[in-house]
Amino acid sequence: MTSSDYSQELSVIEGRPPLREIADIISRPLETKPDIKFYIAISITLTMTGIGAIALLLSFYYGTGLWGNNNPVGWGLPIVNFVFWVGIGHAGTLISAILFLLRQKWRNGIARFAEGMTIFAVMTAGLFPLIHVGRPWLAGYLMPYPNQHSLWVNFTSPLLWDVFAVSTYLTVSFIFWYVGLIPDFASLRDRTKNKIKKVIYSVTSLGWRHSNRHWQHYEMVYLVLAGFATPLVLSVHTIVSFDFAVSIVPGWHTTIFPPYFVAGAVFSGFAMVQNVLIFIRKIFNYEHIITVDTLEKMNKVLLLTGMMVGYGYSMEFFMAWYSGVQPEQFVFLNRAMGPYAWAYWIMISCNVIFPQLFWVRRFRRNIKFMFVVAVFVNVGMWFERFVIVVTSLSRDYLPSSWAYFTPTLTDMAILLGSFGFFFTFILLFTKTLPVVSIAEVKSVIEGSQPSHGDH
Amino acid sequence: MSDKTLYGYTGLFDTPDEIINAANTVADKGYTRYDVNTPYPVHGMDKAMKLRPSKLGYAALAFGLSGLLSFFVLLYWMLVIDYPLVIGGKPFFAFPAFIPVLFEVLVLSASVATVITMITVYFKFPNISHPLHDTPYMKNVSVDKYGICIEAADEKFNESEVKSFLAELGAKDIAPVYFEEVDEEIKILEPKFIGLLVLVAVIVSGGTYFSLNKLMFMIPFNWMMQQEKIIAQDNKSLFADDFAMRQPVRGTIARGTMPYKYAGNPDAAGENLKNPLLPTVGNLELGKKKYNIYCSPCHGNYGEGDSRLKGQFPNPPSLHSDKARTWTDGRIYHAITEGQNVMPAYTSQLDPEERWAVIHYVRALQRSLNAKESDLE
Repeated sequence: MTSSDYSQELSVIEGRPPLREIADIISRPLETKPDIKFYIAISITLTMTGIGAIALLLSFYYGTGLWGNNNPVGWGLPIVNFVFWVGIGHAGTLISAILFLLRQKWRNGIARFAEGMTIFAVMTAGLFPLIHVGRPWLAGYLMPYPNQHSLWVNFTSPLLWDVFAVSTYLTVSFIFWYVGLIPDFASLRDRTKNKIKKVIYSVTSLGWRHSNRHWQHYEMVYLVLAGFATPLVLSVHTIVSFDFAVSIVPGWHTTIFPPYFVAGAVFSGFAMVQNVLIFIRKIFNYEHIITVDTLEKMNKVLLLTGMMVGYGYSMEFFMAWYSGVQPEQFVFLNRAMGPYAWAYWIMISCNVIFPQLFWVRRFRRNIKFMFVVAVFVNVGMWFERFVIVVTSLSRDYLPSSWAYFTPTLTDMAILLGSFGFFFTFILLFTKTLPVVSIAEVKSVIEGSQPSHGDH
Repeated sequence: MSDKTLYGYTGLFDTPDEIINAANTVADKGYTRYDVNTPYPVHGMDKAMKLRPSKLGYAALAFGLSGLLSFFVLLYWMLVIDYPLVIGGKPFFAFPAFIPVLFEVLVLSASVATVITMITVYFKFPNISHPLHDTPYMKNVSVDKYGICIEAADEKFNESEVKSFLAELGAKDIAPVYFEEVDEEIKILEPKFIGLLVLVAVIVSGGTYFSLNKLMFMIPFNWMMQQEKIIAQDNKSLFADDFAMRQPVRGTIARGTMPYKYAGNPDAAGENLKNPLLPTVGNLELGKKKYNIYCSPCHGNYGEGDSRLKGQFPNPPSLHSDKARTWTDGRIYHAITEGQNVMPAYTSQLDPEERWAVIHYVRALQRSLNAKESDLE
C-alpha cells in the first residue's frame, strides 16, 4: 500500500458496506414518509421564511425607510447578508471542484450535499441585492439588453461584475450539481415502484443507463466543469470584494481584499457545511459514509482558512500603519476601539481565537465541540461582513456626516427570513434528492475498483 | 412476440476485475457494438474497451473561446461604438474593467455548452428511451453488478455464439433483450394539444395585459407616482401641525443669518444701530433698485405715500414727514426689519446690507424735498 497509488489508499468509507446497502441507505429518506421531526423542522423554517416575507412586503410597499440604512451607511444589512450568504455558498464548489481536482476522495461523501447547499446559499444571497434596490421588479435593468433608451449597463462597475459573477456561479453550480445527479436519478429510477416518481426520474436521468461509453464522456465533463468551477469559485468572492476594494472608502480600498474575502468565504462555507452535515449523518445514519475522519479534515480546513482570515485582519492593521494614510489608520483604530468595537471583538474571537482549538486532535474529532466552534465561526463571519460594511461607511472622510447604524426590527426579520428560506430548501433537499452521491460513494468503497488495473 | 426485435444479449458479473477482463476479451474478439454497464465509473475501463479519449474537452475549448470572443466584440461595440460614455475618467475601451465580465462569460459558455454537447451528442437527448431500460439487467447494474451487453446490430453477432461466449467469460444471468418498434403517429391537431395551446395563449396574453395595464398603476409598481410629499395649495400635510415648512431646530440658525438683537424694541434700535454703509454711488444705486422693487408699490416712487396701490390698500404716511425725517437710521432699519402697523417685515426680501442701502436712498429722497442751503454749495 503505497500512498501514491490512489486505488490502494485507505478507504474513506468506514467498513466495507455492500454496494446495495449504500444505495439502500442513501435513497431511504426519499422512499419513506417524512416523520414528525421533519414536519416540526419545516414548520419552523417556513415560519421564519414567512416572517421574512412579511418584512419584505412591508419594505417594498412602504419603502426602504423601514430599514436601519441611513445616510452614510447606505448599504446596511442587505449587503452584509448578501456577502454572508455568497460566502456560505463557496464551500460547495470548493469541495466538489477543487478537492476533485486535488483527488481528495473524502470529498465524495459530502460533495453532493455541499453543492446543494451552495445553490441554496447563492439563491438566498441573490435575493439581497434585489431587496436592497428597494424595487426588485426593476432588476431586469441590470441585464444588457437593447432598450428604448439605447443605453447599456455600466460594464466597468463592480456592481455589474457582481451580477455576472453571481448568476454565472449559480448556473454553473447548478449544472455541476445536476450532472452529478444524473447517475443517481438513474439508480432511483431503477429502484422506485411509484409510477409518478418513475416518470420524473426517467426524465431527469436523461436516459442514463450506466453505460461505460457514457461514463467516459461523463467523467470528462466532470473534469472540465471542475476545471472551470475552480477559477470561478475564486473569482466570485474576488468580485464581491471588488464592490468594496474598487471604491475609495477608507478600510475598503485595499488589495488584500480579494484573497482575504475568498479565504473568509471558504471558512464560513465549511463551517456551515460541517454544521448541517453533523445533523444529516446522525438523522439518516450516514456515520460510516460521512465519517469522523471526513469531519476532522473539514476542521483542518477551518483551522487553515481561519488563520488566513486572521492574517488578513492583522495585515489590514499593518498596511494602515505602514502606508501612513491617516484616514486608513483612523478607520482601523475606530473598528477596534470605536462605537462598533463590540462587533469587531465578536468577529476576532469567533474567527481567529476559537478555531485555534482545532490544533488539538481530540477537539477536532469531538462532534459536539466542533459543532459549537463552527457555529461561532458562522456568527463571526456574519459580524466580519457587518464590521466591514458598517464601520467604514459610518465614519468616512467627513466627520460631519458620521452616523451610527442600528438595524431595525424589519432588518432582523429579513435576516431571519433568509435563514428560513435557506433551511427550507435544505430540508426539502434531504427528502427529495439523494444528499450523498450514490455513484461517487460506491466508487471509493474499498474493493470497488479493479485490483490490478494500471492507472 | 413477433413484433419484438432482438436488441442484444446481456450478462452480469460480480466484481470489477471480472468485468475488466470480460471487456478486454470482448474487444479483442473484434466486437464493436457492445457496451459495459457499471454502477459507477470503473478505472481502466476505457483502456479495456479500447475507447478513444473523450473529445468533449475540445467542445469546452471551442465553445468557451467563441463565447468569450463574441462577448468581447459585443462589449466593444456597446461601450466604444454604440454608446461611448466616459465613466470614471477611464478610456472607452477600458480593457482591465472588462476582464471580470469576460471571464464569467467564458466560464458560463464553456460549462453550459459542454454539458449540452454531452447530453445531445452522446446521450442523444431528447431521446431518453433505450431497450435496456426497465430490464432486470438494468436494475442490477444500477445497484451492484457489472454487466456487458453485446448488441444484435454487431456485424459478428450470432445468437448462439454470443450466448456461449458470454457463458465462457463467466457471466451470470445471460438474457436476451428485445425492443418494440415504435410506430406511433403524433397528431398535432389533437383536441388536448389545441386546448393546451389556447390555455397558454390566454395565460400569456392575460398576464401581459394585466401587468402592462393594471399592475403598472398599482402601488408600489407605479413608478413612484404616489408619493408622500407636500403639494402646494393642498391642505394635506405630513406633519401634525399641518405646516409644510419646518421650524429650524432649536438652538440653530441658518447660514448667513444673525439674530436681530432689538426685536420688539424700536427705541433701543433707534439709539444703538448705526448705518454701517457709506452713501456711495454704488450703495445709493443698490438702495434705489431695492426701494423701487419693494418699497415703492406702497410708499410711492418718491416716498410721498402716493402708491400705485392707492385706494386698494391703506396708504402709508409720507416719508417726508417730520417724524420720518427725524428718525435715526437705526429706527428706520427697525421698521423695515420688523414691520410696523400694516407694513409687514421685509427680512426675507432684503438682507441687512440692502436695508441699510435702502435707508441711504430714503435719506436722499428726503433731502430732495427738504434741501438745505448747504446743499447748494
